[in-house]
Amino acid sequence: MSADVMPITENKNTKAKAVDTPWKTAMRRFTRNKLAVIGFIMIVFMFILCFIGPLFSPHNLFDYSLKNKNLAPNGTYWLGTDKLGRDILLRMMLAGRISLLVGLVATCITVMIGATLGAVAGFYGKLVDNLIMRVADIFMALPSLPILIILGAVLSDLKVHPSSRIYYLMVIIGVLNWTTLARLVRGQILTLREQEFMQATEALGLKDKRKIFKHLLPNTIPVIIVAATLSVAGAILSESALSFLGIGVVPPTPSWGNMISAANNLIDFRKRPWLWIPPGMCILITSVAINLIGDGLRDALDPKTKK
Amino acid sequence: MKQYIIRRLLQMIPTLIGISIIIFAISAMVPGDYITARANPNMSIEKQEQLRSIYGLDKPDYQRYFIWAGNMVKGNFGDSMQHKQPVTTVINTYVWNSFIIGIFALFFSWFIAMITGIFSAKFQYSFFDKIVTLLVFICMSLPSFFIGLLLIKFFALDMKLFPVGGMITSGLNARGWEYFIDVLKHSFLPIMVLTMLSTGSLTRYFRTSMLEVIRQDYIRTARAKGLKERTVIFKHAFRNAMIPAITLLGFELPGLFGGAMILEQIFVWPGVGHIYLNSINMRDYPFMLGFTIFLAMLTLLGNLLADVLYGIADPRIRLK
Amino acid sequence: MAKDLVEFRNLETHFQTTAGTVKAVDNVSFIIREGETLCVVGESGCGKSVTAMSLMQLIESPPGKIVGGEILFEGEDLLKLSKREMSRIRGNQISMIFQEPMSSLNPVLTIGNQISEPLMLHMLLDRKAAKKRAIELINLVGISRPEKIFDSYPHELSGGMRQRIMIAIALSCDPKLLIADEPTTALDVTIQAQILDLMRDIKQKLNTSILLITHDLGVVAEMADYVVVMYAGKVIEEAPVLELFQDPQHPYTKGLLKAKPIINQKQERLYSIPGQVPNPIDLEDNCHFHDRCEFCMDICKVKQPPFRSHGKDTHKSACWLYEEEREVL
Repeated sequence: MSADVMPITENKNTKAKAVDTPWKTAMRRFTRNKLAVIGFIMIVFMFILCFIGPLFSPHNLFDYSLKNKNLAPNGTYWLGTDKLGRDILLRMMLAGRISLLVGLVATCITVMIGATLGAVAGFYGKLVDNLIMRVADIFMALPSLPILIILGAVLSDLKVHPSSRIYYLMVIIGVLNWTTLARLVRGQILTLREQEFMQATEALGLKDKRKIFKHLLPNTIPVIIVAATLSVAGAILSESALSFLGIGVVPPTPSWGNMISAANNLIDFRKRPWLWIPPGMCILITSVAINLIGDGLRDALDPKTKK
Repeated sequence: MKQYIIRRLLQMIPTLIGISIIIFAISAMVPGDYITARANPNMSIEKQEQLRSIYGLDKPDYQRYFIWAGNMVKGNFGDSMQHKQPVTTVINTYVWNSFIIGIFALFFSWFIAMITGIFSAKFQYSFFDKIVTLLVFICMSLPSFFIGLLLIKFFALDMKLFPVGGMITSGLNARGWEYFIDVLKHSFLPIMVLTMLSTGSLTRYFRTSMLEVIRQDYIRTARAKGLKERTVIFKHAFRNAMIPAITLLGFELPGLFGGAMILEQIFVWPGVGHIYLNSINMRDYPFMLGFTIFLAMLTLLGNLLADVLYGIADPRIRLK
Repeated sequence: MAKDLVEFRNLETHFQTTAGTVKAVDNVSFIIREGETLCVVGESGCGKSVTAMSLMQLIESPPGKIVGGEILFEGEDLLKLSKREMSRIRGNQISMIFQEPMSSLNPVLTIGNQISEPLMLHMLLDRKAAKKRAIELINLVGISRPEKIFDSYPHELSGGMRQRIMIAIALSCDPKLLIADEPTTALDVTIQAQILDLMRDIKQKLNTSILLITHDLGVVAEMADYVVVMYAGKVIEEAPVLELFQDPQHPYTKGLLKAKPIINQKQERLYSIPGQVPNPIDLEDNCHFHDRCEFCMDICKVKQPPFRSHGKDTHKSACWLYEEEREVL
C-alpha cells in the first residue's frame, strides 16, 4: 500500500474514535471478529450447560443403581452411565462447574498477585523492581508442570480432604502463574509513569497507593484482560492434567480431568468411550473458546492493530 | 560474545540458588519419605531409622539442603533411591529416549509451522488462512493427555495401525533395521501428539512474523526488481521472518531433553519424563530434586541460547 | 520531439475500504517521453504514488485494483501482460526507487547480494560477472571503496548512501524509465541536493527517462522537463516546467506556487491553501477542489470541468474559469 493513501484512512479512524468511547470501539471490533464471537457463544453455552443444566437433569448424583451401571448412551442416560450407575451427563455438567471455577479463581489470584507486583515493580523501579524481577526470573525458570505435580503429590501426602483440595489447587495454580502478567503490567507502568498525567498526580501530592491503584493500574486494564483471559484456559488445562493424574481434584468431587482418568482402566478406555471422551471434549471446547476470545480481545483492545 | 556468555552464565547462579531453595522447600513439606513410602509393614522401626540415617534423612531440613546443594555444586546429584544409581546416570539412560521423540517432533512442528505460516500470511484472509487460524487455535488448546488417549484409542486399539504403547515390542529381539522400524512404529503416535501441541503456536508465530515482514518497504523493493514471487517470499521475506523465530529454537531446549511427562506416561514411553513422574510417586527425592534442577538449568541455558542465536542470525546485532 | 515512452490512458485505480470506494487514481492520462524527466506533483494522498505503483503493477490487491484504462509502454499495454511478462519488465526496463532508503533495503542481505540480484535475473550474468558489474554500479553512484560496500549490510551505511545504492539497483539493468517516488524526502537537505545531482547526471549519461514523484516544487524546478499536477486522484494541470511556473492556470497550482517559500524575498507569512484535501471516499462528480477554491462558482460544485488546453497545446488544465460553457448554466 502506498504511503500516500494511508494517512487519510487513519484520519477517518480518529474521527470515528472521537465519537465512540474506547470500550464501544473495542466492542465493535470484537463483534466483527467472527471467530471470537463463536468462541464467546461456545463459552456462554458451556457456562449455561454447567451451571443451569444440572437443574433440569432428571437424575441425581447419588442415584447409585448397580443395575444401571455402565450403560451406553441411550434415551434416559444421554451420555450413558458409569460403573456406579451415575448419569455421565450430570456428572460432566457438575464437573464443569468445578473446572470452570478453578480456572476462574486461579486466574483471579494470578491477576491480583501479578498486577500488584508488576505495578509495584514498575512504579518504584530501582531496588524494588530489581528484587521483584529477580524473583520473577526464578519463577519463570521453575518447570511449572513438575512443580504442580510435586505440589499435587504434597497435597495427597498431607491428606488434605478431597472437598478442600480444590481451594488449594486454585491457589497453587494461581500463584505459579503470576510472572507473565507481572512482566506485562510492569512494562506498561514503566511507560505510563513517564506520561504527563502522572506528573499531575505528583503535583496533587497523591499517596503512592492511590497513584498505583487509581491512576496507573486502570490504564493497564486492556493488557490485564487479555492476559487473564488466556490464563483461564491455561489454568483449566493445568487442573485437568493434575486431576487426570489423580493429584488434582479427586473423586468423589467430579472434574473433567478426573473423569478422563476412567481411561486408565483398559476396558473402560476401550469399550466405554462415553466415560472419558465427553469430558475431554468439554475441556477442548472450553479452552479453544477461551483462546479465541482472548485473541479477539487482543485485537479489539490493542490500539496498534488497525482494522 | 565470549564475555557476554560468561556474564550471563554468572547471572544464572543466584537464580539457580533461588530455584533450588524453592524446590527443596516444597519437597521438605511432604510428610513421610522414601522409607515410609516404600515401607514394608514387616520392617522394624529400628531398621527404618537405620536406613534413614544411612540416607541422611534424619537430619534437619536446612542441614539436608546444604549437604544436597553442596554436592550439587560438585556435580554430584546424589543417588536415586529407586534405581540405586547416581541421578546423572539415570538421567543419561532415559533422556535419549525422550530426545528421540523430542527432536522428531521439533523437526516436524517447525517444518509444518513454517510452511503453513508462510502460506497463510501470503494469502491472508483466504479460505486456507481461515482454516489454518482455526486449526492453530485448536492445537494451542489441546489437552495433551486427552488427545493422546484419543489417538491411542482410534489408531492403536480400534484400527490397530500402531502399537498401544512402549518403545519396542516386548520379546522382540530385533537388531538393526528391524529394530529401527519397531521403534519408529512405537514412536509415531507420541511424536504426532507432541508435534500437534507445538505446531499451533509456532504457526501463529510464523504467520504474524511473515505478515509483519511482508508489509516492509524492502519487500516492495524486491518486487520492484522484478523478482519472482517465490524469491520475494522465500529469500527476502522468509529470512527476515526467521530471525525472531530463531530465538524460539533456544526455548525448545528444555522440551528436547526434559521429556513430556504426561505423554510419556500415557504412551508408556521409557523417557526421562516418565521416570520422573514415577520418582514423584515413589518419593525418590534425590532423583526428583536433581531432575527438577536439571530442568531449570535447561530453561536458563535455553534462554541464553536464544539470545546468542539471535545475535548470530541478525547482522545488525552480529557486528557489535 | 522525442518518442513517447509511456502513456497513461484513462487509468483508474480504486481501493475498496469498509467505508466505501476510494478512487485513488481517477481517469488519469499523461505521457512520458524518452529522455525526459516528468514530475508528478501533489499533496500526499492525491494519487501520485498510486499512479506510479500502477505502472509497476505493484498495487496491493486487495484492497487495491486497477479497474480501467491502459498503460502503454513503448506501445504495448502493460495491463494486458501476464504476471511473468510484467516481472521481466520490472526492475529491467522500468525500475523504481522509494522514499524510505532506510527501510527499502533488506536488512539481512548484503548490499552486493541485493545489487547482483536483478543483474543475475534480467541480464543473466553469472555470480562473478554480476559482482564485477555491481561494483561498477556502486562506483557509478559515487560511492568510494565499492568492494568494501559490496560486502556490507544496509545498517552499516548512511541514509544518503543507501539511497545511492537504491539508485544503483534501479540502474543495474539500464532501464528505459526510472521511477523515483519522493526519493529525497527522507534525507537531509545537503544529501537531497547530492542525490538530485546524481539523478540528473545519470539521466544525461544514460538517457533514461525519469518519472519523479514529489510534493516539493523546489525539486520540480530543478529536475523537471514537464510537470503533471494531481489533486484528489485527478490530473488537474500539466505543462512544460517553465510554462507552469510562469503561467499556472488552475487555482490549486497557483496556490502551490504561492505556498513555496522564495529565498531572498521577504514574505510576511507563508501562504497556505485553506481547507483540507477532501475525504477520498465516494467523491461526487464535481471539481474536487471547489471547497478550497477562492474562485469557486456554482458549476464547480455540481460538474467536473473538462481537462484540456486553453491556448497553448502543451499546457492543459481542468478548471471552469477557462471554459465558456459555464455561462450556459
